[in-house]
Amino acid sequence: MITDEAVEERGRVSPATEGLTAERIAYLERLVSQARTAAAVFSQFTQDEVDRVVKPMVLAGLEQAQYLARLAVEETRLGVMEDKVIKNMVATEFAYHYVKDKRTVGVIREYPERNLVEVAEPIGVILSLTPITNPTSTVLFKCIMAIKTRNAVIFSPHPKAWNCCSEAVKIMLETAVKHGAPEGVFGCLESHTLQDNAYLMRHKDVALIDATGGPGAVKAAYSSGKPALGVGPGNTPVYLEKSADLSTAVVDIIISKTFDNGTICASEQTVVIDDVIYDLTLKKFAELGAHICNEKETKLLAQTVIDPQTGFMQPMAVGQKATSIARFIGLSVKPKTKLLIVPIQGVGREHPLSVEKLFPVLAVYRAKSVEEALRVCVDVNHAGGLGHTAVIFSRNDEIIRKFGEVINAGRIIINSPGSIGALGAVYNDLVPTFAFGCGTGGGNSTTDNVNIYHYLNIKRLARRTQAHMWFRVPNQIYFNLNAVENVRQFPSRSTIIVTNPALERIGHVDIVRRYIPPETHVHLSVIPDTEPETKVVSETVEALKFYKADQIIALGGGSVIDAAKIMKLKYESPEADLEELAAPFLDLRKRVVEYPTAKVNRARLIAIPTTSGTGSEVTPFAVLTDKQRRRKVTLADYSLSPDVAIVDPQFVMSMPKGLTADTGIDCLTHALEAGVSNYASPYTDSNAMQAIRMVFKYLPVAYEHPGDEEARSMMHNAACIAAMAFSNASVGVNHALAHAFGARFGIAHGRANALMLPHVIAYNAAVPTKFMPSPYQKGYVAHKKYATVADLLGLGGRTVEEKVSKLIAATEQLLDQLEFPRSIAALGISKEEFERTVPELAKTAYDDPSWRSNPRMPLMAELIELFWQAYHGRGPAEASGAPQQAG
Amino acid sequence: MATIAGWQKIDEACIVPALEQAGEKLDCAAGEVVLDFSSVRRVDQGVLQAMEELASVAAEKGVRVVLCGVNVHIYRVLKLMKLTSRFSFLS
Repeated sequence: MITDEAVEERGRVSPATEGLTAERIAYLERLVSQARTAAAVFSQFTQDEVDRVVKPMVLAGLEQAQYLARLAVEETRLGVMEDKVIKNMVATEFAYHYVKDKRTVGVIREYPERNLVEVAEPIGVILSLTPITNPTSTVLFKCIMAIKTRNAVIFSPHPKAWNCCSEAVKIMLETAVKHGAPEGVFGCLESHTLQDNAYLMRHKDVALIDATGGPGAVKAAYSSGKPALGVGPGNTPVYLEKSADLSTAVVDIIISKTFDNGTICASEQTVVIDDVIYDLTLKKFAELGAHICNEKETKLLAQTVIDPQTGFMQPMAVGQKATSIARFIGLSVKPKTKLLIVPIQGVGREHPLSVEKLFPVLAVYRAKSVEEALRVCVDVNHAGGLGHTAVIFSRNDEIIRKFGEVINAGRIIINSPGSIGALGAVYNDLVPTFAFGCGTGGGNSTTDNVNIYHYLNIKRLARRTQAHMWFRVPNQIYFNLNAVENVRQFPSRSTIIVTNPALERIGHVDIVRRYIPPETHVHLSVIPDTEPETKVVSETVEALKFYKADQIIALGGGSVIDAAKIMKLKYESPEADLEELAAPFLDLRKRVVEYPTAKVNRARLIAIPTTSGTGSEVTPFAVLTDKQRRRKVTLADYSLSPDVAIVDPQFVMSMPKGLTADTGIDCLTHALEAGVSNYASPYTDSNAMQAIRMVFKYLPVAYEHPGDEEARSMMHNAACIAAMAFSNASVGVNHALAHAFGARFGIAHGRANALMLPHVIAYNAAVPTKFMPSPYQKGYVAHKKYATVADLLGLGGRTVEEKVSKLIAATEQLLDQLEFPRSIAALGISKEEFERTVPELAKTAYDDPSWRSNPRMPLMAELIELFWQAYHGRGPAEASGAPQQAG
Repeated sequence: MATIAGWQKIDEACIVPALEQAGEKLDCAAGEVVLDFSSVRRVDQGVLQAMEELASVAAEKGVRVVLCGVNVHIYRVLKLMKLTSRFSFLS
């Protein structure tokens, strides 16, 4: 038995105790234990109970927004108190507006049309690292998210923002507990060290790390081996395109870049300005309180606010006012200067001010063309801001779209301030957040604005869908003696009859011509009576074009009708690539390659079969031989089905005995395989069962008495009916084996089928070694369907097993009546030769698409076993070690 | 085969005292005590703590604590707290 402890041990990462005293570890363990218990208790809460806690927390946050903002500024010495108030309010009010009506407990979403239901599962204990730049707002936001999702959080604030953060946690905790949340649902690390974080990040009871902070914290989170939500650094490029509303753009940029002294990592860093508006833009910036630095001032700033060693911004400048920065470096600016603007000539280490600057220093770049502007924006984006945020001001939709394509940013803000825009829900409909996912570009797992859904495990209840099935056959089928007369009802200006030499010789073509309206120009295409070749098809297609044919009459066996199907396809859609159309597929409706629907010509295809077996007159299949490449191309698509089928027994009265037997057993195999196929439906079953009954009754008569009109007629109908079944339910492993064996030893298809048939019935009736996944069937029913066949044939038997045995015996008896060789050995193939060939035969059979609809998934070893059974020809009932019958 | 020596119905209104009482009676239990949780719909931190303590004392005294009628939500909480292996369960 696998115990909880063993499972836990398997997923455990080794604890990081280095540098921690025993007392400290005990303290951290208490913190986690408290959170774990709270999370466990919280998991019992209903949606109403959760929502009753959330609202008062939001109100408390709003109430204390100014107090917490003041604390944050006093402690961190970063940013602007008034802006931090706004941040705290956005973090509470806007977050609440987003989450208030969202379901986060139990069933959260239902998709009835897809039979899918989503159920929320809390995560448990979350370790949350919060930054110095947005300390209290981040805490407020995460507390609300955690309560809404029934999680417990241990906060690890930035050490220089601990007081304000712990105060925010305290306010949230007190309010939450007062309104019903479990005690200990929030905890806050006291005066922590990196070792504390390392210990907690690897703690077995911490389920998720949510790291909003500097690159070091994010990297540590991702390196811990625990699931983590980390957000990367930004370097927001802004493209100020010439069509933009310049006045709005300049104000928006100033609002954004000066908001909380530029501490939001989504704030603008470099504005790339089109040449024609560059000077005017700088003028407007200056008018609104920006100081445009000259070359010397820019150089001075670069040397002081950017660390020459690392190339990153100096911490002392972060979150400071423009005037403070100016004063610090000895720059003379007006007292109310909001922003320092620094023109740069490029991006990268040679241009230090092109990196992220979380203070009111904004780089500007003059671009001579759209292409140049986009290129520079891409450079800025790649200089430390991948996946984060980008901004464009433009009224040109094409350029906006192009910007969206070339910039890698989770948030691309259009015609609005970057920092507040990225926070969401103020200037746009982005989800409100205080954690920006930066995707893989930023080393993160998401590009989303992190929100409640990232604090949930979402479980999906996927009900079994009722798979759509189909039954498609030509809409006109004429049958019985002289059905060929119906040809006359189809008007045609130019008809080509495709047939083979023998049928022309014995006068079948003349019979057809008799019923073609006199005004029709009739031409003949006589093709060899073998599987159609590409060359023959191409020649006839040329003839169709030349005569501008509007009708093709295919008179012949499966080969001729298959050829005509492909001719029609190439005539109507010359661009059709047969190689491509023959690409393998698992499900016809999900196939990769689609058959052409555009047609340059149109021709009706009338199929008149002259054998009773393939059923090609109604099937959507065609096989073509590519002699040059020495391979067969199998095409399958309902667009290949003939438009009209004429099943007239007068064309089969002269079939020789051998061909009668071969084609008749082919028909029986079609019906039996369609009957147990995974694609079988009541529609195909009715056809399959009827065809089986007709074959058992009339095939021996047609074989013994070739002139028996009724038997011939019924067998001709049976072939067509069986084909309707397998056109929709497909065939199975018998065909896969017969194709491989027949092709290798030059054995007629029906004969090859006959050699395999009794063994395949026994194989499919047994308990499968491997079941075939199929959404179309419920349970394993092949053996029961064989038993139904036995009942239909009146074979007797009490149990399913007995009935299957009787069906196999009846099949064997039929094969004997038809004088089939009953083993491969009887064909004169030596055991040695067969032994050499069998592995290759099994591989070929395995590659054959026919078995994909077989009820039982054939294993390679089983294919080999089936080949050997056919070689020896022992009846399956006699075979030693026969598999146990399915129950 | 253990003899069932103690059976106690747990009332949702006073779970912790009931668990404490059960703990006190462990000495008298002949190897096994059964606690009926069928009227308990939810547990809080206090209950979980009391259960942990009960499990520890029972283990020391070699008494098996059988919980019956525990609803699946509470069972899941016990699972999250890794307490299920310390009790036996009866439907």
